[in-house]
Amino acid sequence: MTIARLASIALVGAAAAMGGLAIATPAHATDCIAPSDPGGGWDFTCRTVGRLLTETGIIDSPVQTTNVSGGTGAVAYARVASSRASDEDLLVATSSVAITQIAQGKYPGGTDMMRWLAMLGADVGVIVVPADSDLKTLDDFLDAIRENPSSMTVGGSSAAGGWDHLRLLMLTEEAGIEPDAYKGIRWVNFNSGSPAVTQMLGGQVRAVVTDIGEIGGFVQSGDIRILVAMSDEPIPAFSDAPTTASLGYEMTGYNWRGFYVGGDVSDEAYEKWVADLKALYDTPEWKEAAEANGLIPIWRGGEEFNAYVDEQAEQTEAISREIGVIK
Amino acid sequence: MDTLAYLAQGFSVAMSPTNLALALFGCVAGTMIGSLPGLGPVNGVAILIPLAFSLRLDPTSALILLSAVYYGAMYGGRISSVILNIPGDEPAIMTTLDGYPMALKGKAAEALAVSGVASFIGSTVATLGLTLFAPLLAQAAIYFGPADYFALYVLAFATIGGVSGMNPLKTLLAACIGLMLATVGLDPGTGTARYTGGMFELYDGFDPIVAIVGLFAISEMLMLMETRMGEVTIPKVGRVVPRMKDILFSLGAMIRGSCVGFIAGILPGAGASLGAVMSYSVEKRVSDKNKTFGTGDPRGVAAPEAGNNAASGAALIPMLTLGVPGSGTTAVMLAMLISFNVQPGPLLFDNQPEIVWGLIASLYIANVVLLILNIPMIGLFTRILMLPQWALMPFVLMVSFLGIFAISNSTFGLLVMIAFGVLGYILRKMEFSLIPVVLGVLLGGDMEDNLRRALSISGGDPMILVQSWISVALFALTAILLVVAFVFSDRSHRKAPDIME
Repeated sequence: MTIARLASIALVGAAAAMGGLAIATPAHATDCIAPSDPGGGWDFTCRTVGRLLTETGIIDSPVQTTNVSGGTGAVAYARVASSRASDEDLLVATSSVAITQIAQGKYPGGTDMMRWLAMLGADVGVIVVPADSDLKTLDDFLDAIRENPSSMTVGGSSAAGGWDHLRLLMLTEEAGIEPDAYKGIRWVNFNSGSPAVTQMLGGQVRAVVTDIGEIGGFVQSGDIRILVAMSDEPIPAFSDAPTTASLGYEMTGYNWRGFYVGGDVSDEAYEKWVADLKALYDTPEWKEAAEANGLIPIWRGGEEFNAYVDEQAEQTEAISREIGVIK
Repeated sequence: MDTLAYLAQGFSVAMSPTNLALALFGCVAGTMIGSLPGLGPVNGVAILIPLAFSLRLDPTSALILLSAVYYGAMYGGRISSVILNIPGDEPAIMTTLDGYPMALKGKAAEALAVSGVASFIGSTVATLGLTLFAPLLAQAAIYFGPADYFALYVLAFATIGGVSGMNPLKTLLAACIGLMLATVGLDPGTGTARYTGGMFELYDGFDPIVAIVGLFAISEMLMLMETRMGEVTIPKVGRVVPRMKDILFSLGAMIRGSCVGFIAGILPGAGASLGAVMSYSVEKRVSDKNKTFGTGDPRGVAAPEAGNNAASGAALIPMLTLGVPGSGTTAVMLAMLISFNVQPGPLLFDNQPEIVWGLIASLYIANVVLLILNIPMIGLFTRILMLPQWALMPFVLMVSFLGIFAISNSTFGLLVMIAFGVLGYILRKMEFSLIPVVLGVLLGGDMEDNLRRALSISGGDPMILVQSWISVALFALTAILLVVAFVFSDRSHRKAPDIME
């Protein structure tokens, strides 16, 4: 009896210790905030970059990923701005999606609140259809929209007005379709790319717009076809697929992955992070990890990246206004 | 046969000393985590991911560890359901309905033994199904469109009334409260904030885990504060070894629960909770001839435990074959695989068979280990009761706070948990069942998403909801269940005066 009792106390005690473990932060460790629950793209960015930064010896201390989810990154944004704006041991993962949210006023402030470090790679937006679809080319797809926009049901991993929806509309606009017409496209939002493709294969929607990274497996297995990749260069794994550039459209639908730090971080620390991330970008390990996940390694860093982010925000705001997502 | 050859290869992976040790450790850790209120499989797996990375495990070993934790937590979730009337995790909610009354009758050990065996049967059915039908069954799930999912959720809500066994109006009201709470957050169709009061923390709505811990653990604490010391009822611990008679009595329930749970688990996103709810409802319809369900019927413990274990195993099928997680926990595992550069999807079975089959083989091993752990160790787990409640409940409270802080990383999550605790306390005082509230919070978002998707596809025409044979069949099943429930309750009303006379 006594032993059992002791054991039960030890049992619950051990569990409590495990609970404690999860929130204990080792001294001097770098924190990487993934503004999503475990499993999202931001979580991948933090975990992979954090792991490689230590493994390649670029930084000595381990990088711990903390998930601060909520409001598509708005909660983490607000928290960094209010309490960790000058924390030099903090990275925050971000992507094009966050810039869309910022441009549409769904974050607690503009892009000027943070210092944007770098992008290390980009996922490429694609339009895909089932392998046996009668839409053989991008022109078939666009013609179908020209003929009757409401006959085109398209799924994606963002809400109406989100990045998947916006880049579809940007492409149709670039192809000369009027706003009144492309507003009639029926947009169906799913939680992420795979369910959208699965539902497309089940005949629920005719096409899907999303990042290639999550759905590459479906293309490889021959279940779906890429009508167009919204990029300048072909996607390495699917070099046969036409790109917007090869078809003569001046638009890209990248979803880049990168990091920001708080707005009050010193120039010295900022430059150090940019240099560290550049060093990581140049390693074969990063290129391998990025490509295995359907990312194209692309580098933009430092003040150049800061300016790029500002520009993207302005662009998105203008398009959102045009299509009536924001007033 | 290919499957057998692959499975043999899988066992050679799973039987390596490292992987075997990891599976053992995962089983023990999972059972412990699952048994603690609020710390369910999602938290367990999430907490151990850093461990998998810091041990520099390869993807196969990491997946084996986390799957053992997952299966272990599904076994463990029943323990606090039975002993404390607080579900150890979401899917164990249904186990409280008959498990706790059994404990009050002094049959805590019996309830744990029956549910342990039920868990084993459910998991075994699911693992066998995973082995044989993975590609086949995942193909079938593809044909579920948004309208069909919506019909499925309608069915799930229609069955709640039969589950709680309380005043039907209060049940309906409680479900509505849950559904209303589920509307808080960003509108899934347009991204507009609803009922958030400008708080970014509420943009994603209420986390079901936070809501559940608040509703159950915190409200339990508040209820306890009203009870004078010495008046607390500690269920007596009976014999520890399960009797063949008990097992045979519940065997039908276990097998039915396993099958229903397995089907619910394959559906992407439906998960173990739906598996438990459906298998309990089905069992209640099939077996509740003498109105013993809800008062401590062992079959009411066996069915949902078999169901939630079967569903959690089945949830691995869409995760592995389609890259679509079948539950919250499998979503976390999917995340981990992706960060190991392993892309689950249609190709995984062809390109990296050692991962898939190593995992499947280790699930067979974990299952046997868990049965052994959970039968002789039942005594140990029920000994937690020997701790007086005034000592145990603050500890539960502490673990709740720790667990919720660990997943939300914010004090806001703790405040939400306390708010739900107060809500739960008020509802319990008014004799509302908390389960419809939780189901509303848990399933409301997905139900709305699918309705909105269906209506987006049709351009707003509601007829789409009855245009597929799957949804028509599900609505028909819903109607039949409602009619049956109505007839049953009508009969019992007519009987009541007879007894009075």
